[in-house]
Formats: sequence, structure tokens, C-alpha cells
Amino acid sequence: MKRAIFTLGLSTVGLAIGFGLSVAPATAQTLKAVKDRGSLICGVSQGLPGFSNPDDKGNWTGLDVDYCRAIAAAILNDPTKVKFSPLSTKDRFEALKAGEIDVLSRNSTWTLSRDATYNFIGVNYYDGQGFMVRKALKVNSALELNGASICVQTGTTTELNLGDYFRSNSMRYEVIAFATADETIKAYEGGRCDVFTTDVSQLYSEKLKLAKADDHVILPEIISKEPLGPMVRHGDDQWFDLVKWVHFAMINAEELGVNSKNVDEALKSNMPEIKRLVGTEGNFGEQLGLTKDWAVRIVKHVGNYGEVFERNVGSGSRLGISRGINRLWTKGGIQYAPPIR
Amino acid sequence: MAVHNNPKVRSAFYQAVALVLVLACAYAFAVNASANLRAQGFASGFGFLGNTAGFGINQTLIDYSETDTYGRVFVVGLLNTLLVAVIGCVFATILGFIIGIARLSPNWLIARLGGVYVETIRNLPLLFQLLFWYLAVLGTMPGPRQSIGLGLQPILSSIGDGIAAIGLPNAIADAFRSLAAWIGPPDVYLNNRGVILPRPLPGDGFGWVVIALGLAVLLAIGMRIWARRRLDATGKTFPTGWAAFALIVGLPLAALLALGVPISFEHPQLRGFNFVGGVRLIPELVALLFALVTYTAAYIAEVVRAGILAVPRGQSEAALALGLRRGLTLRLIIVPQALRVIVPPLTNQFLNLTKNSSLAVGVGYPDLFAVFAGTTLNQTHQAIEIIAITMAVYLAISLITSLLMNWYNARANRRFER
Repeated sequence: MKRAIFTLGLSTVGLAIGFGLSVAPATAQTLKAVKDRGSLICGVSQGLPGFSNPDDKGNWTGLDVDYCRAIAAAILNDPTKVKFSPLSTKDRFEALKAGEIDVLSRNSTWTLSRDATYNFIGVNYYDGQGFMVRKALKVNSALELNGASICVQTGTTTELNLGDYFRSNSMRYEVIAFATADETIKAYEGGRCDVFTTDVSQLYSEKLKLAKADDHVILPEIISKEPLGPMVRHGDDQWFDLVKWVHFAMINAEELGVNSKNVDEALKSNMPEIKRLVGTEGNFGEQLGLTKDWAVRIVKHVGNYGEVFERNVGSGSRLGISRGINRLWTKGGIQYAPPIR
Repeated sequence: MAVHNNPKVRSAFYQAVALVLVLACAYAFAVNASANLRAQGFASGFGFLGNTAGFGINQTLIDYSETDTYGRVFVVGLLNTLLVAVIGCVFATILGFIIGIARLSPNWLIARLGGVYVETIRNLPLLFQLLFWYLAVLGTMPGPRQSIGLGLQPILSSIGDGIAAIGLPNAIADAFRSLAAWIGPPDVYLNNRGVILPRPLPGDGFGWVVIALGLAVLLAIGMRIWARRRLDATGKTFPTGWAAFALIVGLPLAALLALGVPISFEHPQLRGFNFVGGVRLIPELVALLFALVTYTAAYIAEVVRAGILAVPRGQSEAALALGLRRGLTLRLIIVPQALRVIVPPLTNQFLNLTKNSSLAVGVGYPDLFAVFAGTTLNQTHQAIEIIAITMAVYLAISLITSLLMNWYNARANRRFER
């Protein structure tokens, strides 16, 4: 009989858990929550140099990390008031949905099905899928890869793009799919594959981890569109607008030549566009629920888009990726922001 | 005694309440899951199995391409899992029996080597061993363009080179080299993309060879029944094993030669990145089999040792006293009794091996777990359906294995008791 009572207790507990799961996460006013808390909670990757990566002291750096810092600077005037939450590719969206993080800034591709459930605030890095091969193979183009063995990480859009590309060019290939990025790059390094494929930015990042990085080359072809950007939850338009305009402010600042070094001089500028950006004209920050000098805070503490790009992934970083299509629209790229007015 | 104090009634009451609560719980889970899935915009059901998969798989026992469906991915994955499970069980049993018997050997060195093997292998994590084999295979093998050719030609030509190198007359070296050239390039290659073998292509009339093989197997079974009847009736023995071997090998071979060897080979050739043509064993499969076979064999060795030690020494002494030879004693007295102890735990090891084969995901071998419960789940988000199917499949494989082994055990016991 003791056992019967035990079973009874156990099933009651199970029942309670079963019903507990059906409680839906409440949508709070995110801006108010961040101000009350005094810090921003930002979902980032588990370590991708250039985008979001902790150093040996636990300080996070990277392009995606700087977006978190820019948001914190705009709201709290302090780029260090950010708590970083490292998330796997699998868990990232659930954490955002459940309200565990305020914003997900984690090299995620903007796709229709994801946008139908969350809000992408813009594209902070236009990426695409590419191929890395050994220089010794003397391959100059992805179209010469007929019959190659290719290492990919499973459960990504990468695997599907690969199938499409080889099929549409009627080439044969052998795919070896691994569960984690580390296993994939290890198998490539071990010679199991001729080719390693993923987003180009990640290729540059993983290339740094190879023992002889100079023996490998990234092919020029880009076989897919991977627009990466931060995401917020559905249902909080004020927060959606705020994060979106933090991104636009950084691009507008670069376009107007305002950077972290000359931002104090910009406050004395007579140019109407600069005056609206730095808040000496109009009340644009207040319309977003921020202060007038919101953009000054972002640029002073973090920098404009160009500074952030060069510092983390561009010429000023170990990755050394060229701006390419991530240049401003005025310089031949496609980075473009609506005007502040 | 009042009804509510009757232990039987009370027990039945509590069990009924527990049952209702468990069912209510299961119902709540089902309702909750389907409501949440609908709220998130996921269609539940098995319709996704008909959608196009879009990704490639590097080892398929049936035809498969990216345009095939998730349903076909499931079949491909299932066959890959079964391939590993069957080959793994066969080799693990063979290796396990050898090591188990070695541990009982009166030879000190052999027994100790067996002991060291068992203690080392079974005390290291399987995933670690799997990665070791995979990286060891990859690390020691050359790339496709420097493949190791297995055959007489490379051996002879390197002997020729060696003779020239140590300063012996060139005539001898050239003799070896020309012999190598006459034999031609080898057909079996080893590299870090796997083992490449020639693919046999059956020609006209090959069906007769298959028919001959089938006939030989039937004849061997008939002969075995006849030999057993004769043994029961007259006590005379008949060398069934050797005769069956001669039948099964000889008859198809005779048919093959009579038809003028109607078989040709597709020879692998290095073209582009890798060999084209022939059959290839991928290193993921080789590494997975190595790891599963060596690991499971350590446990099977202990099972076998326990089984043999469980037969009392008096049994073999009695058999020897009756005048049976050593071999017959082992075959007729020891092994049948040992099998009674060996088979049930051996079943466990087969089940373990099959389930452990899902570690394939660690080395990129496309088994059921990797391509279906991994990639397909990730692409379709149909988690509940896919996990349910995968669970049902592993359960079915395990239950079928258990059934077969129990049937074998019952049969072995019946023979023993007769």
C-alpha cells in the first residue's frame, strides 16, 4: 500500500508539471523592465570570434556584442550594463520567446518563417554561404568542386543550400554532416573532406582555429543569402522601434562622418542632418522613449557602424574581412538607413 | 472488518486512483502539446514525411538524392543503422568468443593479454573510443592522391626499387619492375576517404550460380537431418560440417566455372578529388564498427568466460572418461551447457550494441538517429512525431532481437534436455 500511495504522489507531481507547462510567457514592457533592472539582457553565441566571443577574462567582444552595448548605452548611458546570455543555435529562439532575454543578437539569418514568429530589426551583417579548401588542391572556383567531399554542420540552412547549389550545377558531391562546429572543422582539418562550408564570416572565424591557417583559402563564390541581424519578440512595438533605430543611428552616424572621436565636435555642427542625429535639433530621442542625446551616447561609447565593423571583423581585427556589400550605400555597398526626421 | 479497512479493497482503490491520475496526466500532456504546437503555428501529423528533404547523405544502401522525401531519409537511416547493428553483432560475437576463451587459456601470456584487453576496453567511455578510432583512421591514412594500393604490383615494384637502392644489379630490379607492370595496378585502395574495392558486376547466366548456392544450402540442411536420424538409429557419426562446407562452396564454384565465370569487375579509378567507380567503405562506418565491435567484444568475452566456467569440471572429466576426444567434449558437452548461461546476457550485449550505434552522430555516420532524429527534426521542427517514430523503431529492433535470441535459447535448451 505504501507503494500505491507513492505512485499516487508521483502522478500528482507529474500532473502538476503537465499543467504548469501550459502557462504562457507574459509580454512585458521591455524598455521599462530594462530601466527598472538597470541592465540589458542580451542573447549571444557560445563563442564566435568577431561576432560574440568572451576573452580569457570573461569580457565579451564582437559585432553582435557591440549592438548589445549600443542599446545599453542609448538607454542607460553605460555600455557595460549588459548581461550576456550565451545560447546554442537550437535554444536561441526559445529563450527570446520565453522572455529570458531582451534582445537576441546572435548571427541569426533573417528568413520568412523566423520573421513570422519574431521581429528582425535590420541586417547588421550581409553574409552568404561560401567554401574553404586547401590551397594545395589548386581549386579557384566552387564550380570546380565536382566529386568533392564536403564537411557541414547538420541542422543548418547550409546543408540545404549545398544540395541546391550542386544540383543546379549538375555536380556530384559527398556530404559528411557533423553535429557541432568543432567536430566539423576537426574532420576537415583531418583530411576527411576537401571542402568546409558555412557562412563566409564563420569561415574566416573558423580558419583562425586551424593549425596552418595559411594553407587554406576561401573561394570567391557566395551560394546563398544570409542576412544576419538582431531580433526581438513580437508584441512590443516600442521596443522593436528602439532597437531598430539604435542600428539606424549607427549607420547614419557613419554616413554623416560622426565617430567616437569627433562626436563632441559634432555637437557644435551647423549641418541640419548632424544636428538632428546628435539631438541639438528636434526631440527625436524622446519619441523613442529615450533622451535627446541617445545617438551621441551610442557613438561615444561604442562607435558608428563602420568603427564597429572594422574593430571586430574588418581590417582592425584578426579576421580581416573586407567590407564588401556591407559598405554604405554611398560607397557602393547596401547598408542603408532611413533618415532621422 | 469494515470494507475500507480491507487491504485488498484499499489496494485496488489506490491503484485505480493512480491509474486515473496517470491517464489524466497523459491526456493533459497530449492536449497541452497539441494546443501549444497549434499556437506556435506548427502543423502536427505525419504529412511532413512526403516533403522533399533537400539534403545529401553520404552512405545510402538504396538509391537516394536530395529530391527524395523525408520518408525515404527515414528508410535510408534505418538501413544504415541495421547495417552497423548486424555486422557489429557478428564480429563482436566472434571477437568476444576468441578473447573469452583466451582468458581461460592455460598459457599465461595469452590469458593475461585477454585480461588486459577486457579491463582496458570496458573501462574507457565508448564515445572516447569512437573518436579515437575515427581520428586514428583519418590521421594515419593518406589523401586520395597518395592512396595506398593493396596488391602485388606495389609490393613488387617497391622490392625492385629497394634492390636498385642497395646497389644490386639493375637487371634484378628491372625483372621485379616488369613483373609488377605485367600484373597491372591494384584494385583495392586505402585512403582517408575510406576503403575502395572493385565492384562485382554479374554477367549473363549469373543467376544459375545463385540457384546453385540455394540448392547447396538446401542439400546441406537435408544432409544434416539425415545424419542426425542415422546417428539416432545406428550411432554412426557423419562429418556433416565438412560435407556441408564442400557442398556450399563447391557447387556454386562448379557452376561458375561451367558457365565461364560470368562476372566482371568495375575497377576504381582516381579522377578529380577521389576514386570514381568501385565500392567504397566510408571511414565513418569503419570507425563506428571498430569502436562498437572492440567495446562490445570486451563484455561478450566476460559473458563467454562466465558461461564456460559455469559448466562443472566433472562434466568434461566424465566425457573424457567415456572416451570422447577433446574436440568432441567441447562441442557436445561443454558448449551446449555453457550456451544456456551465455545466451541471455549475450542478448543484452546485442541490444547495447544496437542502441550504442546511435553514437554515430559523433563521427558523422548517417544512421537513423543522425539523419532522421537529427537533421530531419531540425529542418521540419516535427519533434514529437519524429522522436516517437525513432523510439518506436529502436524499441522494435530491440524486441525483435530479444525474440530471436529467446527462440534460439529455448531451442538450445530443448536440445540439451532431450
